[in-house]
Amino acid sequence: MSKLVASIQEAIKQCGLQDGMTISFHHHMRNGDYVLNMVMEVIAQMGYKNLTVNASSVFDVHEPLIGHIKNGVVTNLECNYMGGKVGKAISQGLMENPVIFRSHGGRASDMEKGTSVIDIAFIAAPTADDMGNCTGKYGPSACGSIGYAFADAMNAKKVVVITDNLVAYPLVDFSIPEVYVDCVVAVEQIGNPAGIVSGTTKITRDPVGLKMADYAAKVIEASGLLKDGFSFQTGAGGATLAAAKYIKEMMVAKGIQGSFGMGGITAYMVDMLESGCFKALLDVQCFDLDAVKSIRSNPKHMEVSATQYAGVSGKSAGVDSLDVVLLGATQVDLDFNVNVHTDSNGYIMGGSGGHCDTAAGSKLAIIIAPLTRARLPLVVEHCLCVSTPGKTVDVVVTQRGIAVNTAGGKNVELKQKLKEAKLPVVEISELKKMAEEIAGVPKPVKMGEKVVAKVLYRDGTLLDTIYSVK
Amino acid sequence: MKIAANAVAGTLESSDVYVTVEPAQELEIEIQSVVYNQFADQIKESVMEVLQELQVESGKVTINDKGAIDCVIKARVETAVRRAGGAK
Repeated sequence: MSKLVASIQEAIKQCGLQDGMTISFHHHMRNGDYVLNMVMEVIAQMGYKNLTVNASSVFDVHEPLIGHIKNGVVTNLECNYMGGKVGKAISQGLMENPVIFRSHGGRASDMEKGTSVIDIAFIAAPTADDMGNCTGKYGPSACGSIGYAFADAMNAKKVVVITDNLVAYPLVDFSIPEVYVDCVVAVEQIGNPAGIVSGTTKITRDPVGLKMADYAAKVIEASGLLKDGFSFQTGAGGATLAAAKYIKEMMVAKGIQGSFGMGGITAYMVDMLESGCFKALLDVQCFDLDAVKSIRSNPKHMEVSATQYAGVSGKSAGVDSLDVVLLGATQVDLDFNVNVHTDSNGYIMGGSGGHCDTAAGSKLAIIIAPLTRARLPLVVEHCLCVSTPGKTVDVVVTQRGIAVNTAGGKNVELKQKLKEAKLPVVEISELKKMAEEIAGVPKPVKMGEKVVAKVLYRDGTLLDTIYSVK
Repeated sequence: MKIAANAVAGTLESSDVYVTVEPAQELEIEIQSVVYNQFADQIKESVMEVLQELQVESGKVTINDKGAIDCVIKARVETAVRRAGGAK
């Protein structure tokens, strides 16, 4: 027996695609992904209409989706993150139906709970055998972890594995087992690994960024959480990476044996693992090729599914054991709600990813962002979109001051500790005032009438609505 | 006072502004800004304030703003005008 079929077209026919169905993709090839565009082009040529595309993330490389939306091939879009190119078109009212945004944990859990039904999942697999065992760790297009694809594989009615490195059965060290897979297609290339590297995976040299990083590291130190058993997640932004570097230096200097590092994994987290700062890395996606190399060769660098990383449908998830997470923001409001979906003009240019999952799970969720960006204040009266509820956010670090969320009587002790550590603790409203004194008071942005996206929280409930840009 | 020659000041870096001045019969001001929606009025005001202070009555002033604050805008406009030999 073999599940190998001759072409993507053949796989689509065998899986019985029909108008109006939902198909899914995962984004571990990031901006180097060829699979989503390749499959959508075949589907468009075959004449299908009215499809829902559920992609864990939509990157700028997926710009051809705009054409498929205009042609009626795609009439619904669901994702956890959307890059600026497709985001701008959506914000301008390209699509009749609103985009559904979820978090990384929420997407996987909605599939497991059955509230998000996938008819056919297409899995970009850097290595696979002809029965569908597959992995991202090996092959010319290796991307490392394929953690977001697990929920698709396990819950979709039909699963197509698309690979550019077909090996003899059985694939050694597979990630997704054959039991879930219906067909396997071999193509010339599934993506360009150079595109995996996110735009922001280098430590910043900007003095403002370094100042914020220094404060963030000191907040973590003062919190008392930086001790044996410490667990930590950081994004790939320049300032958060710099903070990770400072934390590493403190851990090495004090001989602290941490527990685990998690999330999208970069070379800096790999370096912390190899320096003995952590016992293990829990990796749901690799942000650079050093991380890809590490997950292949170091057994302590472990692949986890989105559900195990950040879901709510399992009995527990990694985020529930997380001490500290460092996160970014485009806007924070006076109630500590955070916007990572839209820019200051209201255009979609991001998404939650694991933002709200890790903020909810961690003991200490720190937002790190400059007081102003190109004249626009970070702290605003009301965010244009609530991506992460303020009640799950503990501290906002800027280069001019640090605000602690003490609403509901929490973090009172933390605030005192930060003051004792001589950190510049201020009220969140003071951060807004400081920014406005320097940059002026911005005229509020008026959004349009049309609902262009709905943001679902990790438990599937509606968190906010994004309107069109006028 | 007229702007005698072409001149520029500033950069296109974030939080800076790139100012171009050229000789022209009348005073013309063109503003592009990444924060136009939020700060168009303040930008216009800063530019006008400097031009009035330097008694510039004609010339084409082009502002390509990347989110500069008022004092930066004023400094860049003044520098461009002085480079153009436009200030008394």
